[in-house]
Amino acid sequence: MFRVLSRRRLAPLARRNITTTTPHIPQESLGDIPTTQSPITSTLHFFNSVTGEGKQIPSYRVLDGAGNVIPGAEIPEISRDTARKIYETMVLLPTMDNLLYNIQRQGKISFYMTAYGEEATIVGTAAGLAMDDEVLGQYREMGVLLWRGWGIDSAMSQCFGNEEDFSSKGRQMPVHWGSPAHHFHTISSPLATQIPQAAGVAYALRRDPFRRGKSCAAVYFGEGAASEGDFHAGMLFASTIPSPTLFIARNNGFAISTPASEQYFGDGIAARGPAYGVDTIRVDGNDVLAVLAATREARKRCVEGGRAVLLEAMTYRVSHHSTSDDSFAYRPRQEVEDRKRIDNPIARFRLFLHSQGWWTDGEEEELKARLKKDVMTAFKRAEGVKRHELKELFTDVYGGEEPWHLKEQREELAGLIKKYGADWEPWRSELKKFKDNDEQLQFVLVSSGILNQEVNKRLPNRGGTEHILAPLRPA
Amino acid sequence: MISPHSLAATHAAKRRISAHTRVLCGARRAESTKAEPPPAGGHLPGIATSKLLRTTRDAALRTPGISWKDDDGGAPTREFGGRETRKMNVYQAVRDAMSIALMKDETAVVFGEDVAFGGVFRCTMGLAEEFGRERVFNTPLSEQGIAGFGIGLAAMGHTAIAEIQFADYIFPAFDQLVNEAAKYRYRSGGQFNVGGLTVRTPTMSVGHGGLYHSQSPEGFFMGAAGLKVVIPRSPIQAKGLLLSSIRDPNPVIFMEPKILYRSAIEQVPIDDFELPLGRAETMVPGSDLTLLTWGTPVYHCETALSMLANPPAQLAPHVPSALRTAKIELIDLRTILPWDVETVMESVHRTGRLVIVHEASRTAGVGAEIAAEVQKKAFLKLNAPVRRVTGWDTPVGLQYEKFYMPDAVRILDSIVETLTY
Repeated sequence: MFRVLSRRRLAPLARRNITTTTPHIPQESLGDIPTTQSPITSTLHFFNSVTGEGKQIPSYRVLDGAGNVIPGAEIPEISRDTARKIYETMVLLPTMDNLLYNIQRQGKISFYMTAYGEEATIVGTAAGLAMDDEVLGQYREMGVLLWRGWGIDSAMSQCFGNEEDFSSKGRQMPVHWGSPAHHFHTISSPLATQIPQAAGVAYALRRDPFRRGKSCAAVYFGEGAASEGDFHAGMLFASTIPSPTLFIARNNGFAISTPASEQYFGDGIAARGPAYGVDTIRVDGNDVLAVLAATREARKRCVEGGRAVLLEAMTYRVSHHSTSDDSFAYRPRQEVEDRKRIDNPIARFRLFLHSQGWWTDGEEEELKARLKKDVMTAFKRAEGVKRHELKELFTDVYGGEEPWHLKEQREELAGLIKKYGADWEPWRSELKKFKDNDEQLQFVLVSSGILNQEVNKRLPNRGGTEHILAPLRPA
Repeated sequence: MISPHSLAATHAAKRRISAHTRVLCGARRAESTKAEPPPAGGHLPGIATSKLLRTTRDAALRTPGISWKDDDGGAPTREFGGRETRKMNVYQAVRDAMSIALMKDETAVVFGEDVAFGGVFRCTMGLAEEFGRERVFNTPLSEQGIAGFGIGLAAMGHTAIAEIQFADYIFPAFDQLVNEAAKYRYRSGGQFNVGGLTVRTPTMSVGHGGLYHSQSPEGFFMGAAGLKVVIPRSPIQAKGLLLSSIRDPNPVIFMEPKILYRSAIEQVPIDDFELPLGRAETMVPGSDLTLLTWGTPVYHCETALSMLANPPAQLAPHVPSALRTAKIELIDLRTILPWDVETVMESVHRTGRLVIVHEASRTAGVGAEIAAEVQKKAFLKLNAPVRRVTGWDTPVGLQYEKFYMPDAVRILDSIVETLTY
């Protein structure tokens, strides 16, 4: 069934490469052309695809669907502990996804995106990178942060946008994470913008005497995002201005409702790499050992050569695109069910672990119970934490001195809250969600003593900044 | 009033401008030595004879708001004694600023289309040779790539000085600048920022730029909270404001009026100095009307003021003699975002009248924003409606430019209308 599905999905690609046969290149020179060093041929011949002969770029695989090593494949060097950590992180992903997906359905968080089916791609690449390689993601890469020890609590806090959300102080939608300590640049919604940025990050690494030849910038994106102009720009810049940039395409077959067959007409994303002069590999994204081995080698080439490398991981988006999407509106439920059953990346790796004697059924039970409990505990905790102070609406727009117009607008809101905060129910109930606003809901920003000089006199100035929080009405 | 010296300078400037305009067309510079008769209407101040330009060492060193950034730590600050100046035009001053930035900051890099050989406007002449191709380099021809690449560098704490070849071509980078650069600090809760990013781009009209070598897109960026937008008027301003922009902790779009690259010439201090962002400069004090502008129109405003005081014969009937002694305050806004409300309001409160001049078209232009704020803050002080002298709400048609641009006569008319309201 897996093969049938696979062939059906890729069939349009195979059809269009039927005419390529290598043209005859004569031995003797037939002259030269000033803008190229390519040999001259007398054969009228058109090219398509990068491999010729109608073949597609092969997908590198180590394990088959039953977790057995396929003929000719080598198991990448991996210790029992690393293998177990990879497995535990892979299992943690759907555990968190289940809970966060469900609490979104209950209205406790506003939005969520799961990574079902892509666990091997995400955790496998994360494990193949160094912990301090700079990562620029799209949004389905929470696994990279979890692999790096960011913690379940941090993820929960970000989704709730509470006071412990340091990714964005509650400013961005759920799943838009970031942590400089974990070398993970903050996610943003506009697709593919991170791709040329990654080339710049990599160039900075190359120029930094402490990180040159040691670190790379790894940038994740889906096959849909690769249609944006920024993908073209990023590949072009990283190859032309040589920068150790590792491009990781998660080709999961869908961009929301658009199947890959409507996204491109060539041989996937990988076929574009050679066109930019970039070393390229395609890998079975549901085989974590293949992903790990490919990422390690890709990273090595990146860092040692100081140049870009492209890795396309072929996987399948088992989940809906997001909590705002019902994917059964555009694909058969049975197709998804078959995928989950036949080509589950977690089950595949578990079978491998069993075959090595590195995992038991008892440990499986224990792991699932433990992760479920940890995730539930973190959720309960995050749910009870208040939001940042309301003044954070206005901070961090600029670095340095606060511009006059922001100061004025901050004071305008403060005045309005003083006027209506207690009386206008929609505001009153909302104010209670912010830090320091339990009993006297009038949090608010007093600036330079202009708004309420008396209050200012009574309160210590916090941190010497232009604004402080002050209760405008005594309790 | 017009000396033979300034006459010669006028002609020299005209030659420079026309030579410059040929750069775009790829024609050879004309080396005519033929004397030309004086123009029929007499001589009016232009860029070459502008009194707003600081053509002596003394005047240059007394530039208001100048702050020296000497790095000989501990030594007493030199003011006049040890300071030197050199005659520079705008492109040379821009180059000088980048040279200082590259010299003092090892992480600083300069990149864009065609910058390695010196740039199509010569702003990066010799920098690649001086600092190496790792620090001054060409990029592929992709504006979204240039902006994105610069954001990546800046996110790592490096100093990225990017060039977009013409402001008309900044729109492919609009997404990277507005959705990414402007919001980088805010959306990451202050954890990341791209303060090290400066995007330089030539702007405004050049006489024959047509639709895509003439635009003034500053208004499109005025709503992008998180960005700063800066436009200098002269070589000293270009150097001081560019060094401030490069070192400001925020991403800055620095728009260089390209007609001034060769035509505006000053003595420029050769040391490292900065001029403050977010501050306007009052160039001519006055008490009857506030004339607010930035970039190239600064010089059209100067011409208009001269015509008001001393109208050429043909215009005299349109300028009531009672107005000829009017004291007009001329302000260069310099920073578009965030703009200097304090200086503008202080002036309008005194004069009660405001005329805003910019090359960009009128609807939703920068003038609209300022006019709205001024009427809110000075409603009871205004003696006349706020006027805007701007490009029309059309693209910049090639052969129509003379009638598109807010030139001196249109500015003069607005001043007269506002004073007689």
